[in-house]
Amino acid sequence: MACDLWRENLDAFVDGELPAQMQQEFDAHLRGCSSCAASIAARTKLKIAVRNAAVRRYLPSTEFRRKMETQVLGRKRERRVAWIWVPSLAAMVAILFGLVWLVRPARNSGTATFSEILDLHVTALASANPVDVVSTDQHTVKPWFEGKLPFAVNLPDLTNTPFTLLGGRLAYLNQAAGAELLFQFRKHRLSVFVFQDQAQWKNLGATEKPEQRASFWFATFSVNGLRYFVIADTSAENAEQLSNLMKRAAGAE
Amino acid sequence: MVIPSEEMEGSREAFAELALPLFDSLYNFACWLAQDRVEAEDLVQETFAKALAGFVSFERGTNFRAWIFRILRNTFLNSRSGLEATRTVRLDEEAGAQAELTQMTEETPESILLQESNQQAVRAAVENLPILFREVLLLADLEEMSYREISEALAIPLGTVMSRLARARKLLREILQKERARA
Repeated sequence: MACDLWRENLDAFVDGELPAQMQQEFDAHLRGCSSCAASIAARTKLKIAVRNAAVRRYLPSTEFRRKMETQVLGRKRERRVAWIWVPSLAAMVAILFGLVWLVRPARNSGTATFSEILDLHVTALASANPVDVVSTDQHTVKPWFEGKLPFAVNLPDLTNTPFTLLGGRLAYLNQAAGAELLFQFRKHRLSVFVFQDQAQWKNLGATEKPEQRASFWFATFSVNGLRYFVIADTSAENAEQLSNLMKRAAGAE
Repeated sequence: MVIPSEEMEGSREAFAELALPLFDSLYNFACWLAQDRVEAEDLVQETFAKALAGFVSFERGTNFRAWIFRILRNTFLNSRSGLEATRTVRLDEEAGAQAELTQMTEETPESILLQESNQQAVRAAVENLPILFREVLLLADLEEMSYREISEALAIPLGTVMSRLARARKLLREILQKERARA
């Protein structure tokens, strides 16, 4: 009888659409019902298979991307500006140039660093073995990095959080070794990278709120000489929550 | 000669900030709908033009992603290939959405595992889904939209999102199982 009730909600469960209370009850039911558990597993796998088959299946050409950026940003309108505006525009350009000059190093280094972090994250996810040390136990993962890195990696206590630790691996950025920690939230995997802080990152500061770039949520901060990068494809809230957990583990609070 | 007002320029910047990060997703989705890159480019271009023009009426604080996907999807449905693609599905769908929900094809995890390993087969199966099922499946599984977002993007009630999604997945499983039996 109980299965009849849940069978109508298999898709909603897999899509994370059930109310929290019902989700918990379904979880409890799954622990004792191999038939529903098998159906959920099959549906989850198919959902992931669809995503993997469809994601980035078609990428726009560089030419089309530029064309659309021009259309959206309206760059061509500059040619149509009335002459009367030229002196004030010149002054504005000079001011803007000054501002851009001040801001540019930080933005450029931030964008480049983000791209590299994104590459590392995606490479790990695409790998058949995304982590070198497979464990949900922080007391197994932390010692694994000992002797491999010139710093200790403090892992957060994930009790009563929606995250699960999947493991860790070594990562390299700007010829320096660091740690990549892989976490799971529902069916999503999030990465936290830890490196010794580098001079070129001093302009990065700390993101107050996670920023969205290339559909990923990205946060960075520095604690006790270590630079942390958090990357998630779920939500800003997740990225922020994981950042706060890492900060607490690093002794920032 | 038209000199854009400050307000229009601010609006354009705000639009760019919201729309450009979605460019890749919109293009990918347009290709999945139209199954033709040239047509997809036209769709995205028209979508951006319409969205930019209508951005003043966009209610700030509401879901921009669902809004712009809805424009893209409506643009596609009004195109010639969109009209052709939907003509064959609507009648069939309305014929008994609820009846089929109660008798879902069950699958074994093992069979799905086999299918999952063959990304090409899954891709082909999704491509073969009728358009109304393909779009709801991709919004749920690829874009990971909530049912409410999908309801906004497709302009259909929540109940229809759920029944259409269930039917899309059922059909996908059937296509994959047939494909596997043939192999």
